[in-house]
Amino acid sequence: MQRHLISAADLTRDDAVLILDTAEEMARVADRPIKKLPTLRGRTVCNLFFEDSTRTRISFEAAEKRLSADVINFAAKGSSVSKGESLKDTAQTLEAMGVDAVVIRHSASGAPYRLANSGWIDAPVINAGDGTHQHPTQALLDAFTMRRRLIGRDAGLGKDLAGKRVTVVGDVLHSRVARSNVDLLHTLGAEVTLVAPPTLVPVGVETWPCEVSYDLDAVLPKSDAVMMLRVQRERMNAAFFPTEREYSRRYGLDGERMARMPEHAIVMHPGPMVRGMEITAEVADSDRCTVVEQVANGVSIRMAVLYLLLGGNEPAVTHARTTEEK
Amino acid sequence: MDKHDSPATAQASDARPVLEGPDIARVLTRIAHEIVERAKGADDVVLLGIPTRGVFLARRLAVKLAQITERTVPVGSLDITMYRDDLRMHPPRALARTEIPGDGLDGKLVVLVDDVLFSGRTIRAALDALNDIGRPRAVQLAVLVDRGHRELPIRADYVGKNLPTSLRETVKVQLAEEDGRDTVLLGVKPTDQ
Repeated sequence: MQRHLISAADLTRDDAVLILDTAEEMARVADRPIKKLPTLRGRTVCNLFFEDSTRTRISFEAAEKRLSADVINFAAKGSSVSKGESLKDTAQTLEAMGVDAVVIRHSASGAPYRLANSGWIDAPVINAGDGTHQHPTQALLDAFTMRRRLIGRDAGLGKDLAGKRVTVVGDVLHSRVARSNVDLLHTLGAEVTLVAPPTLVPVGVETWPCEVSYDLDAVLPKSDAVMMLRVQRERMNAAFFPTEREYSRRYGLDGERMARMPEHAIVMHPGPMVRGMEITAEVADSDRCTVVEQVANGVSIRMAVLYLLLGGNEPAVTHARTTEEK
Repeated sequence: MDKHDSPATAQASDARPVLEGPDIARVLTRIAHEIVERAKGADDVVLLGIPTRGVFLARRLAVKLAQITERTVPVGSLDITMYRDDLRMHPPRALARTEIPGDGLDGKLVVLVDDVLFSGRTIRAALDALNDIGRPRAVQLAVLVDRGHRELPIRADYVGKNLPTSLRETVKVQLAEEDGRDTVLLGVKPTDQ
């Protein structure tokens, strides 16, 4: 029985819906005077961040604290990692300290998988983003945001996203958010279309369960949700498009393009946004843009994941893959 | 300890009904009158049902209280899953809805409503959950069936039926909203083979 959350592709439809439904109840805790549940009292969760992150780390920390877990924050900068310690030694140090779960963000794709399957530690591992591989809690919070906005809070309970059309626009090549979303949205029955300049579409995309288009304007009128991705300059070591202005003109979302979307359609962004690049201020500040909601929903989703993986004597989330195939 | 034995087990072992539909209706009417009597009019009563079946009982009680007092009585639900003391002994359970009526609980007389009172651990969890939500003037407990075997110093203020049971027996409440019919079944736990 696997107890980790490494990839959105590992989740079955029922697992994903259970996480979304649980998050819906968790969200209601935020409206209470005392925003805390005693569920993970006495459990220690370590946030192991080898890569910079504000949003995700704070979101996990808030979720852990709302469930009364003890939180240890570990940032690679200024730690023994900068002195040359390996992931294995760091993991074994945490294991020796009696950590009950590890939330890991790493710039190397596959680091969380390695941590979960190496036998270095016994604790459940939750992937908070690894390289250009996966960011499953981001995909879950995006799906949660879509379900709330497109179906409704209570109406959505128990439901997936069957038939919803989601367009993911931008730097797909470097985006773990795009990969996780394609996997999870497909599992939930949504139809995903990726839109990007050909240079930012990864090799092998034809095996992904989604469509690919190079023409944003053609796809917009048929979208229920449009997810804009940031161009990840820090991961780029070559020129993928001529100029920022050209990228912005062809793949950026401005007010004029937003007007071509269906009335009910929403604009999403995993953050951080670069205003003027992939999204204009007009769109970012409109009420069709769910960026702030996504952040709030992130806490609820992470509470749900932590509860379902750690709350009982065994996890409630079953996994289709993750174990090393022999 | 778990009062929600699966219906399959309860029925497989020749469960016999101890309360039927009309009995349950009469019992709820009596409890509603008792609440009004003890609260001297039920002005500040808030009914909170404990999911799943406690919520249906609370809603039925609210209807009866409204008939008696000619006022609407706030009714909600209180999920206690996250406050259970046996969370680590089972896989995580799916959560149910906590719905607190608009005016909140501060200064109110909260009547918790559940189907079966057994070990008392559910009610302890409910009291903990209430603590995080507000500060009622007083908290009372109404149950359809009290089957004994308390493991904590907890008692009910309103009891539909006292049902002396042995630990080998199971008590299963079925309500029309969830199970299609109203009945309380007393069965025998199948022995572990």
